[in-house]
Amino acid sequence: MSHAAPTVEDSRQGQPSIAVKLRGIGKRFPGVIANDDINLDVQRGTIHAIVGENGSGKSTLMKILYGVQPPDSGTIEIEGKQVSLSSPADAIRAGVGMVFQHFMLADNLTVLENVVLGAEKLHGIGGAAEAEVERISEAYGLGIEADRLVEDLGVGARQRVEILKVLYRGARIIILDEPTAVLVPQEVDELFGNLRELKKEGLSVIFISHKLDEVLSVADEITVIRRGTTVRTVTPDEVTARQLAELMVGSELPSPSTESSTVSDVVALSVRNLTLPGPGARPLLDDISLDIHQGEVLGIAGVEGNGQAELVESIMGMRSGSTGTIRLGGEDLSDRSTRERRESGLGYIPEDRHRHGLLLDAPLWENRVLGHQSRPPSAKGPLIDKRAARADTERIIKEYDVRTPGPDVLASALSGGNQQKLIVGREMSSEPLVLVAGHPTRGVDVGAQAAIWDHIKTARSKGLAVLLISADLDELIGLSDRIEVILRGRFVGSFDPGEVTPQQLGAAMTGADA
Amino acid sequence: MSGRTLKFVLALTAPVLALIAAFAITSLVLIVAGDPVIEVWDQLLSIPQGRNVGNIIDNATVLYLSGLAAAVGFRMNLFNIGVDGQYRIAAFVAAVVAGEAWLPGYLNTALAVVCAMAVGALWAGIAGVLRATRGVSEVISTIMLNFIATGLVAYLLRKAAVREPGSNVIGTKEIPEGSRIPNFTISEGPPVVHVYGFLVIAILVGFLYWFVLNKTRFGFDLRATGSSTTAAVASGISVKKMTIAAMLLSGAVAGLVGLPILLGSSYAYGSTFQSGLGFAGIAIALLGRNHAVGVAVGALLFAYLNEQSNPLQIVVGVSPQIVAITQGVIVLTVVVSYELVRRYGVRLEQQLVARALEQEREQDKKEATA
Amino acid sequence: MSVPATATEAKAPNGATSSARRLPRFWLLYAALSAVLLLSVLQLVTGATDLTSSGTISATLIATMPIMLAGLGGLWSERAGIVNIGLEGMMVLGTYGAGYFGYHYGAWAAVLGAILMGTLGGLVHAVATVIFGVDHIISGVAINIIAFGAVQYLASLTFVGLPGGGTTQSPKIPDVPALTIDPLSDALFDVEKKDVFFVSEIAAILRALVDNLSSLVIISLLLLVVTWYLLWRTSFGLRLRACGESPSAAESLGVKVLRYKFAAVLISGGLAGLAGGFLAIVASSNYRDGQTGGRGYIGLAAMIFGNWRPGGLLAGSGLFGYTQSLGLRGGGDSVKALLLAAAVLAIAAAFLQARRGSRVASGLIAAVGVLLGVTYFLIDSVPGDFSGMTPYVITLLVLAFASQRLRMPAADGQIYRKGSAG
Repeated sequence: MSHAAPTVEDSRQGQPSIAVKLRGIGKRFPGVIANDDINLDVQRGTIHAIVGENGSGKSTLMKILYGVQPPDSGTIEIEGKQVSLSSPADAIRAGVGMVFQHFMLADNLTVLENVVLGAEKLHGIGGAAEAEVERISEAYGLGIEADRLVEDLGVGARQRVEILKVLYRGARIIILDEPTAVLVPQEVDELFGNLRELKKEGLSVIFISHKLDEVLSVADEITVIRRGTTVRTVTPDEVTARQLAELMVGSELPSPSTESSTVSDVVALSVRNLTLPGPGARPLLDDISLDIHQGEVLGIAGVEGNGQAELVESIMGMRSGSTGTIRLGGEDLSDRSTRERRESGLGYIPEDRHRHGLLLDAPLWENRVLGHQSRPPSAKGPLIDKRAARADTERIIKEYDVRTPGPDVLASALSGGNQQKLIVGREMSSEPLVLVAGHPTRGVDVGAQAAIWDHIKTARSKGLAVLLISADLDELIGLSDRIEVILRGRFVGSFDPGEVTPQQLGAAMTGADA
Repeated sequence: MSGRTLKFVLALTAPVLALIAAFAITSLVLIVAGDPVIEVWDQLLSIPQGRNVGNIIDNATVLYLSGLAAAVGFRMNLFNIGVDGQYRIAAFVAAVVAGEAWLPGYLNTALAVVCAMAVGALWAGIAGVLRATRGVSEVISTIMLNFIATGLVAYLLRKAAVREPGSNVIGTKEIPEGSRIPNFTISEGPPVVHVYGFLVIAILVGFLYWFVLNKTRFGFDLRATGSSTTAAVASGISVKKMTIAAMLLSGAVAGLVGLPILLGSSYAYGSTFQSGLGFAGIAIALLGRNHAVGVAVGALLFAYLNEQSNPLQIVVGVSPQIVAITQGVIVLTVVVSYELVRRYGVRLEQQLVARALEQEREQDKKEATA
Repeated sequence: MSVPATATEAKAPNGATSSARRLPRFWLLYAALSAVLLLSVLQLVTGATDLTSSGTISATLIATMPIMLAGLGGLWSERAGIVNIGLEGMMVLGTYGAGYFGYHYGAWAAVLGAILMGTLGGLVHAVATVIFGVDHIISGVAINIIAFGAVQYLASLTFVGLPGGGTTQSPKIPDVPALTIDPLSDALFDVEKKDVFFVSEIAAILRALVDNLSSLVIISLLLLVVTWYLLWRTSFGLRLRACGESPSAAESLGVKVLRYKFAAVLISGGLAGLAGGFLAIVASSNYRDGQTGGRGYIGLAAMIFGNWRPGGLLAGSGLFGYTQSLGLRGGGDSVKALLLAAAVLAIAAAFLQARRGSRVASGLIAAVGVLLGVTYFLIDSVPGDFSGMTPYVITLLVLAFASQRLRMPAADGQIYRKGSAG
């Protein structure tokens, strides 16, 4: 009796307290080093956050840990055992589960089918599996019905299906890649509740994010990644959000502060009663009216998916079915096509540059022509003026510091920041009256970010009106002359960036004080 | 090697690689079947003489137009599988119009050509409109339209046809001599060798294809839409309009495919009018990378193989259909090797850019320390 | 753990449509019965007696099976996300396989030979699309070109000099055994002759099933059921369908996506080959050049008509097989009678559309209906060329007017590379 107890105690202590141990992980892609000498220890039963800028190598690291891509160098230990993960199946077997940022669900299959897929051996695909899904859903309060089609579920429910998938496979280590990007704040709180519950059950959670306040509120430990390598591991009580951000970017943060106001009283863009019907009863845009003056930056704050993309696309004429009027310098654009709107003086920096901003397989000079096909220097009558377009591309490369050997390089060969600088240069080159910019510095390096801010400020001082959509509240507060908050397709509050705090904006964005 | 020559070499590597692979696979088939490999290649690769040269050029003219028709669609990421139906229905209408001879001489010819292009465009346009307005895949709709065209032409032919005396073949009225396009003599011989006069028009169409796609705003819009629909929309291109326009254009060129034969040798559309030219066009467009000159080379290659294989049965006792296998295999190998070379090229370019930037950075550093 | 408040309100706006999409149980049986009823009425109204004779039904079965098998091939491949327009070529290979192996080794060897040759075609498609990432359409076109050339090449290599063989056809090949239940067949024939409304029609159909029914027809129908079971009731099928719906999701859960796609395309080729074999063995008695006559494409059309489901595929291929056999039986009158039915159905559909509030579609469908009706009263008989076009026209119309009700696998036709998950 007396000697039995210590054995139990021993075996419990004998269970490794480190769930995941990475040493010297490296991964190269052609021309890019995605990961370089990554070292990481995740304690069992904790939430461990990994933070870093877009493109810092977080996602690559997680794909390595989930066996999607093999590392070029380094070792992975899971619960004390060194493993080699060459496929997700290996990772699942080792007890690692992953919830991807872009949900990995087949819309046309039921919840049950999505959950049991690949794990049919556990409980089959019939009634037993359904009972198990219902049991897990009940036990963790996920509120999931097994026989629904996934396409009928909302975003929050889909994420819970993803978590259920991982639990169904008995994972002990759960990776969540940017899980809050698609959630409204209320859902974020619920998610964090769920994560703390998992932690209590002895599971380890790896939480990837670049939203620092969220990380500070939920994580037990935080590891910072910069330029593909682990910089430091800290606990939330020893750092502030700003210090964490400086660790992420590796230098003093550039501050996007505007200097003196250049707002004139001439209205450049005037939108009245813009409404865009949605698939359900609720419109995607509900009676939006706004004025932007020459030399003014109007910032739009909001949780993603509240109508920002629809607002931009309606103003650009890319969405059909909207009602209301859009006037540019007194000219009514409401019935004009996208091209006519661009010709009248609308510039456009799209939120997704790969989908909307560039022809990746075309040389830079053709990308200079894109969106300006009908205007000099790109066009001469019905013809494309290659010589002039190339020359102007070279000008943009010089003036906007696009790092490239020349204008004949394919757009896909440039880094994100340089692609974005090319787009900014292109849109500025036609001297627009109004620039519509969706997340202009998303996913670009700090240097490019500062450069893009400078370009916007310079153009503003010359009388450009800017509609700025951003998820980065510091960027919004720093650049804007006025901030409107959008919630469920409506403007719900107007703020002066000189006085508002990110907390106040955040409250308005979630409708907390409405 | 500079970037430019490198690109050029890479561009040539792919088709050469594809041809070598197709050569190997065809030889393998021959060996497995127990046919004389060396004799077959000896015949296929012999230098064509006199009449054969004429036949190759004639056949290539037709295939070139077919290839261009498919290429117009490919440039916009549209698969016009329906060139086959489009050219047959167009050639039929042209034959009827020209046979009726409402206008004198070459005016009649011109009318027939315009009608052929219009009918081809219309037939392809159905698929374009369905795609633009109802989201129907043009692959499926053009396949369906091919068969509908077959039935329709067969029916109309029976209505409009005159029976040739002493034969079961039925055909449209013969085109009057003044409306036929005279053939060129390329060798006074002997033997005298003629080629279709329509060759000039085919070359002109090739030039226009290159010019419109590469030099005009319309062409830019078309290529941009093919490269990225979303970016095209953001740049102000109406994708629906471009889809319909591209299908109309592709169909109009397809409408020309049967005309060299109609106006240069058969002078009537009959139940034995050559079919299947459309599918060869898809293969040729792929082989020629949708490039005006490349497609011409592809058309010549296919025509060459067709012509050289004709005597195979007599000379070495092997079915000439072996070249159909070669041609089909070329389609696959060409796509695979282009993709392999493209991936290699992209990787190379990314490395070049990375290296150039690295050097630049080091330069900056040196300047900073100096 | 808290129950998320959003769980109840998180319904997508189109949540209602999914239940509307679901068909009642045994819908296929109901549909078949209504079709028979419709034909009975039609027969009564127009006096076209060949519409439901057991001869027509037998011919329909024979005409339907190759289309259905080809469509089944398409179903397997497209459910795994690979578009297969090379079905026609694989069928062509199947006809040759049946001819060669059938002549040398007998009827069942013909069946296996057809499957083998079709699988070979499938192998080419699988290697090209799954391993080398070639565009599915391009690969399909190439396979069709290769197959047409290959069988002509092979035919002149292997059939020339054999009795009855030549460059365009094989010698006669033996048929697989057929099933006849004599007493039942005779009894049913009596009922059929009595011309009782609806009952005689049912009897004619049953008689076609017990009189000289080819065992290959039975096998084909079994394959349809087996396909349904495998794809919708086993974990193998779940994984395979997941590869067609969301290959990255499947891979992220450890499914070897490329293997499933590869297997699906091989099976697809085998089924298409069998479809070709059916033509050579049952529908005729040897391999002939050009025997498939575009049935691979009709199979594809039937699969689309059937919304990528086995039951729908059976309905589609039955419809196409029926019009085809009516046309082939020289039934200009019968096809003309169908025009009337189509006109009435179109006008009914137009009313339905109008009630749903879609005016343009309703107007167009009504116009089609009126046009068909007018044609019915103006012409004496439908020319054979037009009855041959029917499947293609129907498919175009279905795609144009009912495309929002069609649901193809979400990742169908997309090229998938390993490591795309995440």
